[in-house]
Parts: sequence; C-alpha cells; structure tokens
Amino acid sequence: MVFFFQNLVNALQWGSFYAMIALGYSMVYSILMLFNFAHGDIFMVGAYIGFGVATALVTLSASGFLALPGWMILVLTILLSMFLTSFVGMIVERVGYRPLRDAPRASAAITGLMIGIMLETGNLILLGARRVSFPPLIESVTYNVGGVFVTNKKIMIVLISLGFMLALHLFVQKTRYGMAMRAMAFDYVVVPLLGIPINTIARLTFAIGSALAAVAGILFGLAYPVLDPYMGIVFGWKAFVAAILGGRGSIMGATLAGFLMGFIEIFVAMVFPSTLRDLIAYSIILLILVFRPHGFFGEPYSARLRL
Amino acid sequence: MRKGLVFVAPLLIALGIIGLMASPCALAKAEVIKIGINAPMTGDIPKVGEGSKYAARMWLNDIEANGGLEVGGVKHPVELVIEDNESKAESAVKVNTKMITEDEVLVIVGPQSSKQAVPAGGVANNYETPMISPWSTNPDTTKDRPFVFRGCFLDPFQGPVVANFITNEFGYTKAAVLYDVASDYPKGLAEFFKQAWEKLHGKGSVVAYESFTTKDADFSSQLSKIIRSGAEVLFTPQYYNEVALIVQQAKELGWQNPIVGSDSWGSAETVELCGEACYGLFFSTHYAAAGATGKTKAFIERYKEKYGYVPDDVAALTWDSLGIVETAIQKCGKITGKVEKDRNCIRDAMAKVEQYDGITGQMTFTEEGDPIKCAVIVKISDQGEYEFYKSVCP
Repeated sequence: MVFFFQNLVNALQWGSFYAMIALGYSMVYSILMLFNFAHGDIFMVGAYIGFGVATALVTLSASGFLALPGWMILVLTILLSMFLTSFVGMIVERVGYRPLRDAPRASAAITGLMIGIMLETGNLILLGARRVSFPPLIESVTYNVGGVFVTNKKIMIVLISLGFMLALHLFVQKTRYGMAMRAMAFDYVVVPLLGIPINTIARLTFAIGSALAAVAGILFGLAYPVLDPYMGIVFGWKAFVAAILGGRGSIMGATLAGFLMGFIEIFVAMVFPSTLRDLIAYSIILLILVFRPHGFFGEPYSARLRL
Repeated sequence: MRKGLVFVAPLLIALGIIGLMASPCALAKAEVIKIGINAPMTGDIPKVGEGSKYAARMWLNDIEANGGLEVGGVKHPVELVIEDNESKAESAVKVNTKMITEDEVLVIVGPQSSKQAVPAGGVANNYETPMISPWSTNPDTTKDRPFVFRGCFLDPFQGPVVANFITNEFGYTKAAVLYDVASDYPKGLAEFFKQAWEKLHGKGSVVAYESFTTKDADFSSQLSKIIRSGAEVLFTPQYYNEVALIVQQAKELGWQNPIVGSDSWGSAETVELCGEACYGLFFSTHYAAAGATGKTKAFIERYKEKYGYVPDDVAALTWDSLGIVETAIQKCGKITGKVEKDRNCIRDAMAKVEQYDGITGQMTFTEEGDPIKCAVIVKISDQGEYEFYKSVCP
C-alpha cells in the first residue's frame, strides 16, 4: 500500500508537467485549428529563460545588492519568465503562423516542426552543447509520511500547476477575452466576421500557452535540474498525445489526460518490467483512442465545443 | 555588392591557381598524415567531445613543436580532422564514412561511447581503415574486427571489478541495477555486473534490475521499485547527465545506501551537475586525477593550465590512444601517400604494439586489439574531487 501511494505521489508530479504543456497545445488547436509542434521547444526555451532569470537573481541576491529569500526568487523567476516566454510565443505566431493562416494545414504543421528545430539549434549556438544545472532556489526537504517519501518540491510543483490550471479555467470562463476564445473555438470562420479580432485572440492564445510552458519549464528545472536543448522534443510529443486524448477544445480534458498519462507511465513501470514501460503505456492510450476517437471531452467536429 | 564580386572573383581564381600549383610542391616534400577524431561535440554528452578535442589539440601541439611526426627519418605534417557525431550511432557511422572516403584519413581515433563505437567500428573495418576507440568498453567494438582497437579495459573486466569491490568494501549481498536499455554501454555493463554479482552471491541476488530509455528524466517509479526490493546497494552505469538525476531522486525517495557507478561517471561535469548529493560515492574508472604522479601528473597540469579544469578519463585515454597511434605510425616506417597501403601498414604496426606505457597505466595488448590494464576505484571526496581509492588489476 505504501508502495502504491509512493507511486501515486510520483505520478502526480510527472503528470502535472504533461498537463501544463498539453494545455498549450490544446488551446492553440481548438482556437486556430492548428498543431503548434514548436510547443515542446517553447517549453525548453521557457526552462532556459527561467534558468537565466533564476541565475541572475541568485547572483544578485548573493552579491548583497538585493537580498531575496529563495521562495521570493522563485516567484519572481516564474513571473518574469512567463512574461518573457509569452513574447517568444507571440513572435512564433507572428512570424511562423500568421502568414500561413490560410495555407494548407500541413504547411502550418511543418512550420511548427521547423520553428522547433530553429529554437533547438538557436539555443545550441547561443549557449553551446553543455548541460546547464538549474539552481535549486529552495532547499529540498523530504517528509516521511508513513513510509511514503514526499519532498516539499513535489508538493509545490503539483500545487502551483493546479493553481495555474484553475486560473486559466477562470480566465476562459469569466472574462471577455475568454469568451472571445470560446467563440473562436466554436466557429473559426464565422466568429471573426462578427467583429472579434482574430489576430489579437491568436496572439493571446500563443502568449498564454507559452507562459504556461514557461511555468512547466521552471518547475521541471526544479525537479530535474539538468537542462539540455533537446529536452522538449519527446516531452512535447507526449504532451501532444495528452492534448489530443483530452479532446479538442477542452481545458479539463487536456489536464485530465496529462495527469492520466503520467499515471499510466509510472504505474506501468511499477507493475511491469520498466523496459516495457512506453510500449505498454502507449498501447493503453491507443486503446482508449479506439473507444473514444475524439478524446475524453471532445465531440465530433461541428458539434458544440467546450473550451 | 556586385561590383565587389567583380573584384573578388578573379582574386579567388588566382588564389585557387596558386593553391593548385603550391600543393604538389608540398606533397613532394612530405605526405600529410591525416588523423580523424570522431567525437560527440554536441548531443547528450558534449563534455566528452570537448575533452577528446582538447587532448587531441594538445597532442597536435607537441607534434607541431617538433616540426611534424618523424617517420623513417622524414618529418610529416599532421592534420586532425575533428568531426561531431552528435552522440548518435547513425551520425558516428556517417562521420566515419565521410572521414574515410572524403577526407582520406589514415587512422580514426574515436568514437568514445560504445553506442557509437560499435556501429562505427564496423564501418572502419569494412573500409580497412585502422580505428582506435579510447573510451569504448563494450566487447563488440573490437570483436572480429582486425582494424579496430581500443585504449581502455573492457566491461567483462569492469563488471566483476565493481561487484568485487562492493562485496569486499561493504559486505552487501543484495544489489539493484538501474540502466539505460537503449544504449550499448550501460546495457552491456549492467549485464556483466549482474553475471558477476550472481556468481558471487547466488541466483536472485540482484533483487532489482530496472531500466529506462535515453532522454528520460524521471526515474521515480524505477527507484521506488528498487527501494522496495530491499537492495543494499545501487549500481548505475550511466553518463553524467543521468547520474545527477538518478542520485538526487534516489535521495528524495528515501534511499540512504551507497550508489556505485562505472567509468562513464568520470566526466568533469558529473559533480558540477550532481552537487553534494554525489559526495562520498564510488565508481570504477581508468585513472584518478587527484594524487597522480609522473607523466600523468604532468599531463593533468598542462591540460589544466590550458583549458582551466582537471581533465577527465576521456581526455587521458584520448591522449594515450593518440600516443599508440603515433607509435604505430612510426613503427610502420614509411608513409607513401597511397592511402590504402598506409592504412594497412599502420594497422599491422598497431597490431604489433605489445606494450604501451601510457598516462592511464601500463597496457598489454591481446590479439583482439584490446589492452589488459588496471582499473581504479575512485571516491568522490567532500570537495567534489575524484580521489584515488583503490587499484584493481586483472
């Protein structure tokens, strides 16, 4: 039983990364009907921007110029990196997607792949191939709860990501911009004719998705403090699977599917030999898709869509 | 812009003609000896590539200071062709093919990891070009390949070394293994360790044998399983980037017993990424920088002065491998400029090197092209230095 709960805790942390990145995919997909394959690399860029901001703040703090406690640095790092990374997202949208908005979908899809490669190699040129080690920021404390080992970082990661997901949900449901997004997800062609500025909404969607990816990147850096320029590729693919599994246009779906993927991966490795982990895990997901081809909360195209 | 081109173009042509005229003159003097370095400059383990490159450059400086490599009384200029294999098997194969067919190198030094060295060795052997891998410990690299050599000990030796060390040092009987199933080196070494451990402690004494795949960052479910299995020690033959993650996550999950590693831990970057979590841990390797003497010490000091950090085992082994190549070329006696003939001559000479006294120790070569040499157990000190702990000889 202890073993089960230990894995549950592990899975919660792992799943929250998938969920946060899946949200970015899902939003762009439901509003603009395109797959932003560069999103995994925006996650990587977010982690590196977080690394840069955190390192700068730590140095600043150590020099005595601005003595900040670790949690304060973390909060500032998250906010600043969200801000900076959202610009990366907006630039990607402006340069890569807007000119191709009326082009065939396949062109937009390869744009994402190409931008992803550009971000990876750009980082490689900028910082070199060396791995960087994310500064710890807060001291890791391990709690032993009846044999289950939980660190303060794990709790924090899960809480912060749940908090951002809730914030996103409220934004989409309660604000005018959120309403515009929902309307665009409902009908991509007619709604812009009714006076909703498609460019603003597209930019906003990318900004929010990228900001969330930055949060995921920083939390990832805290949990797994070794960053490399290619860290976003496989992670991006898996989060993309989660986004589709959640169903088009569903924040709830993407979140749930992200956590579910984390759970499946961890628990498959718990029960079966770990060599077979991905094989079994993704067979299960394939099976789910066979029975629910539109994902958990998705509905066949042209039916009403939720965001 | 266009005007500039009008001026530049004839200039370039003129330069080309001069170059064409000049090069046969140079050839007539002494053939250039081209040596290929196939190393991971980018990808998963760029520090390994950096060490290889720096050691090779240092070696080249020595040769150039001498006015070239003296073979049979003629001083030949040496040229290094350094190519990046991105730490990928397919790129290493491509790099070898390019260096052999386009650059026409006489010898290849590298690739470093077995993941690249095993397939790339096949290419070198098929094209009959001598290759020496400084760091690849997997037996398949040189097996049935007369043109392929190596500068380090083998995993069938390293596995038992680690198993014996743990048994003698801690007296444990139950061990766990965590390794990357998608990479030749960890996979091979994990198997050799398991065999050796079960030989010592009986079947079933490896209580957890867990794996993951390259690029994984979360090992929590494997580590939870290992902790539950009641293992007393964890052996993880991984590269430096994964070592940091595995050790830190194990501690966070409540693991308090020793974690032991292999020569892939020896990079200068391991401690930098892993930090204090790695202090006090042991691993087996090729040489220990702290407390080195003689020419090993001289090498370390020169390297440190030049590049600012203590060289890791890859740099030392690359240095030794180039030394072996140098000896072989000199033994060959004559560089004719006919690439195929020279390659065969160097291979034969390399196969005849019986003993070599390198900075990573005495080596005696077997018929397979593998050296027999001692392994070193290193302890990561509380200052994060690699301290010599014990020497284990075959």
